[in-house]
Amino acid sequence: MTIVRPYGDTTGDGMVQLSFTLPVPHSKVADGAAVQLANKMGMDPALVVHSKPMGPDFTFFVVYGRVNHLVDTSKVEVVERDYPLLTPKEVNAAVKRGLRRRLVVVGGCIGTDAHTVGIDAIMNIKGFAGEKGLEYYRELKVVNLGAQVSVPQLVERARAEKADAVLVSQVVTQRDAHLLNTREMSAAFREAYPADRRPLLVVGGPRFDETMARELGVDRVFGRGTTPGEVASFIVHRIAPPSKGVAA
Amino acid sequence: MTRGKLDLDPVTVRKARALARKAGRPIVNLAKKHTTVSVERATLRMAGLAGADGDGIPWANRLLDVVRADVGLEHGVALPVWDALVRNEAEDLATLAQKAGAGSVTFRIPEGRDAIRARAAARRQVGAGLKRIDARRRERDRMIKRHGDAPRTPWIYLIVATGDIMEDIPQAQQAAREGADVIAVIRSTGQSLLDYVPEGATREGFAGTYATQENFRLMRAALDESSAELGRYVRLTNYASGLCMPEIATLAGLERLDMMLNDSMYGILFRDINPIRTFVDQRFSRQVHARAGIIINTGEDNYLTTADAVEAAHTVTTSQLLNEFFAKEAGLEDWQLGLGHAFEIDPDLPNSFRLELAHALLARELFPDAPLKWMPPTRHMSGDVFRGNLLDGFFNLVGSLTGQGILLVGMMTEAVVTPWLSDRDIALQNVRYVLNATGDLHEDFRPAPDGFIANRARQVLGETIDLLEAIVDTEQHPGGLLDAIADGTFGLMRRPADAGRGLDGVAKKSSAYYNPATELLEEAQ
Repeated sequence: MTIVRPYGDTTGDGMVQLSFTLPVPHSKVADGAAVQLANKMGMDPALVVHSKPMGPDFTFFVVYGRVNHLVDTSKVEVVERDYPLLTPKEVNAAVKRGLRRRLVVVGGCIGTDAHTVGIDAIMNIKGFAGEKGLEYYRELKVVNLGAQVSVPQLVERARAEKADAVLVSQVVTQRDAHLLNTREMSAAFREAYPADRRPLLVVGGPRFDETMARELGVDRVFGRGTTPGEVASFIVHRIAPPSKGVAA
Repeated sequence: MTRGKLDLDPVTVRKARALARKAGRPIVNLAKKHTTVSVERATLRMAGLAGADGDGIPWANRLLDVVRADVGLEHGVALPVWDALVRNEAEDLATLAQKAGAGSVTFRIPEGRDAIRARAAARRQVGAGLKRIDARRRERDRMIKRHGDAPRTPWIYLIVATGDIMEDIPQAQQAAREGADVIAVIRSTGQSLLDYVPEGATREGFAGTYATQENFRLMRAALDESSAELGRYVRLTNYASGLCMPEIATLAGLERLDMMLNDSMYGILFRDINPIRTFVDQRFSRQVHARAGIIINTGEDNYLTTADAVEAAHTVTTSQLLNEFFAKEAGLEDWQLGLGHAFEIDPDLPNSFRLELAHALLARELFPDAPLKWMPPTRHMSGDVFRGNLLDGFFNLVGSLTGQGILLVGMMTEAVVTPWLSDRDIALQNVRYVLNATGDLHEDFRPAPDGFIANRARQVLGETIDLLEAIVDTEQHPGGLLDAIADGTFGLMRRPADAGRGLDGVAKKSSAYYNPATELLEEAQ
């Protein structure tokens, strides 16, 4: 069954909730306008369950209603994990066998972004969602540069540390700063390294679209909820794949 | 003195303060021995040097750069600059800055009678600037008397952040109408790393609006209108942090800002600014805030965005004690200490609310006369706006129960979008409901003497003392607090004293060093 519609309290009822503001003084006209918008969005019938003035010029609405759209889950495009999920022990073993040295990961938040929550969740030993961070992996050498690292600083440090992989976290998205910064970063690495020597570039943050890796010039984009184990598994898969250790 | 709701042992509390003093004292001595480019530029600004050249570089920067190239930074800017003015190199500071920028003035360090004359002239002109700051402070007092103060505590603190001062103004006025007692204009990300203060009204910024003297003036004037309209004085907040902290503090004093974010260690930990640069700039800016009657807000909440809020609770208390010491040393009074803390414990943790209550009450009782700045959850705001609204409600409840002075309104859309109009409305509805519904509930709220909350508070205080003892322990930290900062004690950031941004703007004072601003500010203390 790949065709579905929203579920309120009965299969197939199509019920959704929606809230928004219109720049209209609170009035019957405003309520009617809210219904009209909901109708145009495919909600029919639409029920304004709450409308409230916000100052003299605005009204806030909560609308419940039934949508007539169907969605086809077989036509949804997502980035499925195309590498095996490894335990820390397996990651360590793969690095040891494949590289015969520690794998170096350099990471930080670039640009003016001061939110280290994401990079810390992945890199700090404390980790995230019950998984230990990359610092916990014996065979990974982790250099966390923290917040507000400039792209040249990141490149320089990656070269100095002979980084195998570079992780960049971006939380601030105002005016697409995360996309601009990521493109600047990937361009700088392409310029600083010959194509076959460039470290693996991985970028992550809550507002990234995981399908944009190619467009941003990086090897992988990780979105909201990514765990350290997923990142470690991906890096090892690309740099020191466990089963093909000899062939590579 | 009453022992409060937590029955904290006064001997232990005194010990904690004594340790903070012991840890902080060497930093103050270090700060006294150094100056920075920003302290010197702040002195020029206090003396009335404003404006920028055609490229937008402030005259304060242009002038200081020439002075520094000619005679170095270590003697301070006052002697060479006012020596040049006494020698009639230019009729006033602004002209001198332009001439210096054009390369037609050479500076020297005056000696003997020339030095005495230069000092007197500098002191007179900087003193006039301080009098302007004093006048702004009296003006605030008058306006509070005329319009009335915020109707209750906690004061409701709301943020605007459009990047465009002309958009900020109507938003701020609307927020005040909706009940905000304090408006904070968030700065453009990255301003803290600029080594100059941008000039003029600005309409472009990233995730915030540049702090400039003109933006300060425009927003304060708009909120003066709102204060008259609403019949209560609406306060304005900005950020004295980053590489230009002393200058921003001075501009805040000159433009009658009411509160400034001003943390003793934030720049070091979260902006990677050199520790010595920060401590020198900090001391000067705090002296200015003390003089200007500005309430400072410290940034302990930030530690909990990178470290675990339970494990690191004692680092917040430690930092509060250090901030208190540095603040008092700089002349700030208790009513000016908006010491920070935050509701950041993982909500999935059993008893997380009791732990929050314990931490907030500990801050309240340790600093009974400070307003305290209570910061909403951010770290565990997941994008689930329904859960977020509930968490904010519990945050507001702690604020009410523990008598916090300044409550930053939490947004259920934290980590999703910059707040929408409706987000702010829903958030304020949440605050109003909790404050109305609980009323003076704090009068009835007395945690059991040996219960979970009292024990947790005592435990955090005990860990605070352990940490302060480790900081001042010469075997573990021969360099004291600087070493503790270097090894990641706060917020898990490691910041060595010989690294970080802005170190090249620091100089050790020479024996000829003179700064009339520091002299006047310290005389008054």
